[in-house]
Parts: sequence; C-alpha cells; structure tokens
Amino acid sequence: MRGGAANPVRLRYTKLGKVRWISHRDVARALERAFRIAQLPLAFSEGFSPRPRVSFGLALSTGHESDAEYVDLVLAEPVDLDALPSRLDAGLPEGIAIVGAVALADRAPALQEAVTCVEWRVDVAHGDLTEVDPARLREQVDAALAEPVLEATRHRKGRDVIEDVRPVIRRITVCDEPSAAGLPTVVEMEMSTQPRGAKPGEVLAAIGDFTDVRALRTYQWIERDGARQEPLDADTRPRVPEACAS
Amino acid sequence: MSDLWPRIEPLLARVEKPARYIGMEMGTEPGSLAPRHGSSRAAFLLIYPDTYEIGLPNQGLQILYELLNEREDAVAERAYAPWTDMEAAMRAARVPLFSVDTHRAAADFDVLAFNLSAELVYTNLLNLVDLAGVPVRNADRSPSHPVVIAGGHCTYNPEPLAEYVDAFAIGDGEEVIGEIADVVGAWKRGGRASREAVLRELATIPGVYVPSLYDVEYEGPVVRSVTPRYADVPAIVDKRTVADLAEWPYPKRQLVPLVEVVHDRLNVEIFRGCTRGCRFCQAGMITRPVRERPEEQVRTMVREGLRRTGYDEVALTSLSSADFSGIEGVVADLVTDQEGTGGVSVSLPSLRVDAFTVGIASELQKVRRSGLTFAPEAGTWRLRQVINKLIIEDDLYSAVDAAYSQGWRRVKLYFLTGLPTEMDEDTLGIAQLATNVTDIGRKYTKQASCTVSVGGFVPKPHTPFQWFGQNGVDELQRKITLLRNAVRGTRAQVKWHDPKATFAEGIASRGDRRIGRVIERVWRAGGTFQEWSEGFSLDLWLDAMRAEGLDPDWFVTRHRTRDEVLPWAHIAAGLHADFLWGDWQAALAEHGLPDCRWTPCYDCGVCTDYALEHVVASPVTPAGGSQGTGQDLTRSAVDVPVRFLGSKVRS
Repeated sequence: MRGGAANPVRLRYTKLGKVRWISHRDVARALERAFRIAQLPLAFSEGFSPRPRVSFGLALSTGHESDAEYVDLVLAEPVDLDALPSRLDAGLPEGIAIVGAVALADRAPALQEAVTCVEWRVDVAHGDLTEVDPARLREQVDAALAEPVLEATRHRKGRDVIEDVRPVIRRITVCDEPSAAGLPTVVEMEMSTQPRGAKPGEVLAAIGDFTDVRALRTYQWIERDGARQEPLDADTRPRVPEACAS
Repeated sequence: MSDLWPRIEPLLARVEKPARYIGMEMGTEPGSLAPRHGSSRAAFLLIYPDTYEIGLPNQGLQILYELLNEREDAVAERAYAPWTDMEAAMRAARVPLFSVDTHRAAADFDVLAFNLSAELVYTNLLNLVDLAGVPVRNADRSPSHPVVIAGGHCTYNPEPLAEYVDAFAIGDGEEVIGEIADVVGAWKRGGRASREAVLRELATIPGVYVPSLYDVEYEGPVVRSVTPRYADVPAIVDKRTVADLAEWPYPKRQLVPLVEVVHDRLNVEIFRGCTRGCRFCQAGMITRPVRERPEEQVRTMVREGLRRTGYDEVALTSLSSADFSGIEGVVADLVTDQEGTGGVSVSLPSLRVDAFTVGIASELQKVRRSGLTFAPEAGTWRLRQVINKLIIEDDLYSAVDAAYSQGWRRVKLYFLTGLPTEMDEDTLGIAQLATNVTDIGRKYTKQASCTVSVGGFVPKPHTPFQWFGQNGVDELQRKITLLRNAVRGTRAQVKWHDPKATFAEGIASRGDRRIGRVIERVWRAGGTFQEWSEGFSLDLWLDAMRAEGLDPDWFVTRHRTRDEVLPWAHIAAGLHADFLWGDWQAALAEHGLPDCRWTPCYDCGVCTDYALEHVVASPVTPAGGSQGTGQDLTRSAVDVPVRFLGSKVRS
C-alpha cells in the first residue's frame, strides 16, 4: 500500500436512461474519470505499473438499467463520505449517479464473490415486440418453473450454447394487468448469480416467445447464514470519523 | 424538429456498439455546450463521414462545434456514419440520418458540413447525404434542403465532389466558419428563399469555393480551364490561414466520449504547419507557415484540460512535435506535475528521428514503455534526398540505440513504397535498415523486435509530387514481395497496406469532376466504408471507371507534364507552381531542400503572397539538432523571416 492507511469505500450507483447503451467497461472508465476529476485520493497498487485500487461488482449488460450497481475502491486518505456523491456528480454522465457511499471493513469479500442474488424488474413483450397478455404469460411461467430443467440459448464467446437456466431462477412474479393500454407487462425476477447467472432476456426466451424490452436491476443481495443484506449494509464499518493511523 | 430518439432506441438492441449513437459526451451536458436551436440561429450539422470512434476525436470538427455554439446566431450538432448494421436498421425503419446530440433529423439543419480527411470516405459522404433524405447531386436540391459544405485537407482538390457538395471551405476553419454562419443565418432569417442566392453569397467569402459557379472545359481528356461564370466569383480560391494560433485556444472543452475512441486522450495542438519540406507530405505543404502556440498557453491547455476531462493521457499534437521551440520546458513541467499523482502519460505523435527525441520520449513514458515509432520513409539516403526526408542513417541508428538502451523492446519503422525514382535497391535498403535496427536491439535485449510498416505512396495535389505517375497495383505488390523475401529469416516483420486500396485512393486524390460519377457508382453499388478492409473493393472502382468510359491508368499511373492544367489549379494553397515544379525537378536531381525556419526564405509563396510569417518562440533550431538535414545552422537569426512570439514585430 502506498501512502499509509487504507480506506476502503463502497459506492452504490445507478445506470438509467440513454446511458444504458454503454458497456460495463465504458461505465468503469466513466467512473474512473469522475474519480480523477473529483481529485479523489485513490490508493494505487504497487509494482511496475501502478493502477488505482478500484474493483467493480457484477457486470451489467449493455442495454440494461440499474438502481443498484456497486463499486469498491481504496482511498489513500479518508474523505467525507456524505459529500462524496455530490462531489463525483460533476464528472458523471446523466443517468449515472452515486446514491450511497459507506466505509468498508478491511478485507471485505469482493463484490463479485459476495453477491449471490439479484432482482430485476422487466418490461416484457413478444419476440416481435407486440404486447403480452399477462394471464398467458403467468401460465407459461408457472408451467416452465414446474419443470426440473429449462433450456436457454446463451450467446457465449461468439457462439450459441444451450444451458439449463432453471437453477438460476429463484422467483418470477408477473405483476398485475397493465393499468392502461400500451403499457407493458411487467415481471419481477429474482435470480442467483453463483456459480453463474443468466440474463432476464435469456430466461424469458426459454419460457416462450418473450423478450425484455427494458430490464432494470433493482437489488443485489449478499446472502450469509440465512440472512440477506444489500451491499451497502454488509461488511461495512460504522460511520464515525476515521482515525488516521499512520 | 422532432426528437427521433423514440424511433432510434428500439434499433439499438440489435446493433453492435449501440453507444455510438447516444451522444452524451462530457462537454455537451445542459449548461455547457449544449446546442440551443432557434429560428434565428443558423443550424449546422457537423458530420465526420466515418464511424463514431474514428470521427469523434477529430479536433477540427470539435473546434468548429465550439465556435458555432459560442455564437448567439448559430447552433451546431454532430453526426457520424452509422455502421452498416445500424444503417440497415435505420433504412428499414425509415429513420433518417440524425445528430447524436439531440437526435434531430439531418434534414432539419440548414447546413450539412462534412470533414474530409481521407479520399476513401467520399462514398460515405454520398451515402450520408442520401440517408439524410437530401438529393446526392447538388443540382437536384431545392431551397428546402440543407446546404452541403465540406472542409478538411482533401478539399484542396474538391473536383471529384464538385457535383455533390455545394460549397467547400479551403484551409483553416476558425475564421471562415463564422463568415459562413453569417451568410447562412441571413438566408435562414430571410425564409431560405433562393438556393442560388445563398451559394452566390457564400462564393464571395474568401476561401469558399462553390463548384456550381464554375464551368470546366476539357481538351481531349485533359482539363483546359475552370472558369467562374460571374464576375464576383473568384477565378482562384485561396486557402484561409489563421495567422496566430494563440488567438484560437480551441477546443477549450474537448468532448469526452463514453465509448472508447481512437486517440482517446486529451489532445493539445502545439503548432500548425510544417516546413521540413517532405515532398510527399500534403499536410506539410498545404498548412504552411509554421505557427506555434505560446508555451504558456500550451501549459494552461494541458493543465486545465486534464483537470476538466479526467483523462490520464495527453498528446501534444502537430506535424513534428519535437520541433516545437518550447518542447523541453513543456515536457519538464509535465513530468514534474505528474510526480506523486497517479501519473499522466504524455504522447508526442510524429516523432522526429534522433536521439534527442528518444530522450524526451523516455522522460515522458517512465512506465508504459512498449513501442516506439520512427518514420524514415525511404530505405536509402539517395531516395530520402529525393523525398526530402533528410535523415542520415546514423541519426536513425543513434535514435534506435537510445530507444533499446532505455528499455524499449519494439521499434516500428514507417516507410512509403512507390516513391518517385524508387529502385529495387531502395526497397532492399528498407530490409537492410530493419536488419541493422534489430542487430542494435539485440545488443540490449534478446526480445528486440522491429516492425516495418509499408504504405503505398499516393501523389497528392499541391505537393512537388503532384505530377508523378503513381505505381500500379502490380508494381507495388512486386516491391512488397521483394521486401518480404528480403527480411525472411531476420527478426524484422513487415506489415503493408493493400496496394489495391492505394490505387483507389489514387483515383480519388487527383481526379477531376468526371470522377464524381465514379464515386456515385461505387456508392450505388454498395461501396461504403471503403477505407475499411471489410468494405473495400477495387473491383467496384474499376467497374465504375469502365462504366463512365474512363481509363484508371490515365488518372493514376500517368506522369503529368508541366503545361497540363491540373484539375485543382484554381484552388491555391499559396505555393507557387514554379516553386513546386522546381522542387519536383530538385527531387529528380536528388537534391534536398533545407527547412526555411532556420535558413533564408526560398520563396515557396505562402508567406509572401498571404503576408504571413512563421510564428516561433525561438530563433534557434530545435533542441537536438536539425535531424541530419546538413543545413548550415550557424547563420544569424536576423536572416530568418520569422515573428517571435510576444514580440509582434517582424524581424
């Protein structure tokens, strides 16, 4: 560690609106630029080519939105965490906003391993983008989930592979009828991420002639000992002024 | 003036890299440069006719974008060529070309303004005009259609696009763009009545060429004359030149894209123009004289740019960055500034070939020391005198020795092939240089490697080589094969540009108005993205030439004579025809010509005719010497017609 004490911090951020079309890698670059614009005192890795100590959570696919993305970083000195969201805001594109910042315990497990479950809110249409009848969708979901195996076509490394996604699915709830004509049918999906997850669209296509018109990640969960917590509530330190150990 | 976004967004899930189409670059958010439309504002759509990743970083386009959006009577947005998948989706859904800023239809703008940096994008220009819903030929447009204008280096020979572009802006754009905005704004506020009227008005602006106002006569296959049809239309259109870069510290707010693009870094232009006099180099010829930015302004632009953008890399751009008078000071400051921070990496594109330059590079790249590139351009001293790239072999070897000894492992050497007077011993000389370079490298590391990158030479208008008959496809291929065989078994690797693409570029580079229909045929046959190997097809070009009854060799491989009226003779870069012809003869006689920044003027014509002068910070030659030019540098500085920064008096 260069520059004395380590101050691990976890941020929660959004990816909403037009900016959903940028890739996970683009989001990472935008955040890293925002950190530099805010002159955040990032700690750097040691070695020949020092890198800022920033580690991102689960990737969010291009085109998906989220209320609940997370990134961990290590600061070389403590900063005012309450002021951090507004401090970073100027350097971020519209739709990406820091909505929470907490001090993290030393040696907290990495987000990618710690998060075991995510929830989605998905606008569903048929493959040709026509409207879906919620009652029919509900029937097909129930039928699919009653089977032990649900085969989905997944695009991996440039080719299509068939995989069983049934173990990934925790819950699919078809919400009530759309309240007005033209509004989409909405489902909530709760899915495992370990050992591997699946995209909402892949699961919907496996159930029937359905596709996700819009997918919003609403929660990420860390599950331990039968309890679950959101990442800003897990592995964190109490919000007291930092003692500067040098 | 509707926002097309609701119709664009459903297409994005099905295309590669959808973020190309969303805009949202930092610098365009509300309150900054965000375009503001209004009935009294002349609306410009600035278009780079290649992909977003290639076009977004273009500094010329960004400068114009800022200048227009700073005005109260104009507004600018940007557009790029949608990739083929997106274009197909757009055409199927009847979505026209749109701006990335506010997703407004291109036809809703008053002006479609194209940047032309490479000839092979010409078919993309036609495609984008068509995708905008505007007739591709200028004769078919009505007052309801936007005015199509173009600028950039290719416009020094505007003739191939004379039937497609309404007006060309020749030279530096900083000043002329405002004058164009004045004319277009008045036309708009007057109800956009007559198209002819606005074009006549544009033609009165110095530097603006309106091809429809000229008649071209031919004598056999050769142009006899290009004559203006009206008395107030200039017979010769002179380029525009910004006299002092210090007055134009742009872009002030370089756009930061969300997607990765080429040159994805802060770019600060440290000088414009170059008088090294490399005879193959169109950029060096047409951008004279040298105009340096004050050192202090460079520092400010770097410091503020890095702070504002969050970039961790900055490039100090120019045609030969180590020649900048203040280079040592600027580099020293950058190195000091970055100590203790995460580190900003600095790049100097267009490195000179000498050990001094390597010293600077080593200061700048303390960590990421991967590869270093030099451009000797030709394999023997004889041929380098012909092209006036006066690098002696010892300069190259000491540069390479310095590079390998300071930790670089890969050296890349750029060469041209197909140069005037080139013989097989010149081609074999490339192999010999490369072998010697790897031998030097192996003194320091077993992993030393050398990549030789060979481009086919295309003679360009307004250069001493404009009369030279380009090598044909077979001849270029033969030379490349010769070189590949010669380096077989050595540690040097050869990469080369497709000679077929070089040939097509030759058709467009020195073509006259008749080549326009060839470009149109290539486009109609589906030939977009011709500068991309996946899109390029020489057969499309040859078929189109045949259909138009034109002989490709007449345009490409034929030597021109002194008395021939060149198709671009009515466009002036300030270089006297006598100077260019004399320099061409000197080339054939293997005589080099020194850099006029440090020797008395040899009257190329630019400074004298345009009342310009070099603007440099220092009367002495650049640190590190004259790059082996062998020129006498002991002369007193008072002989040299330069203006020193800050003094504002002619020496």
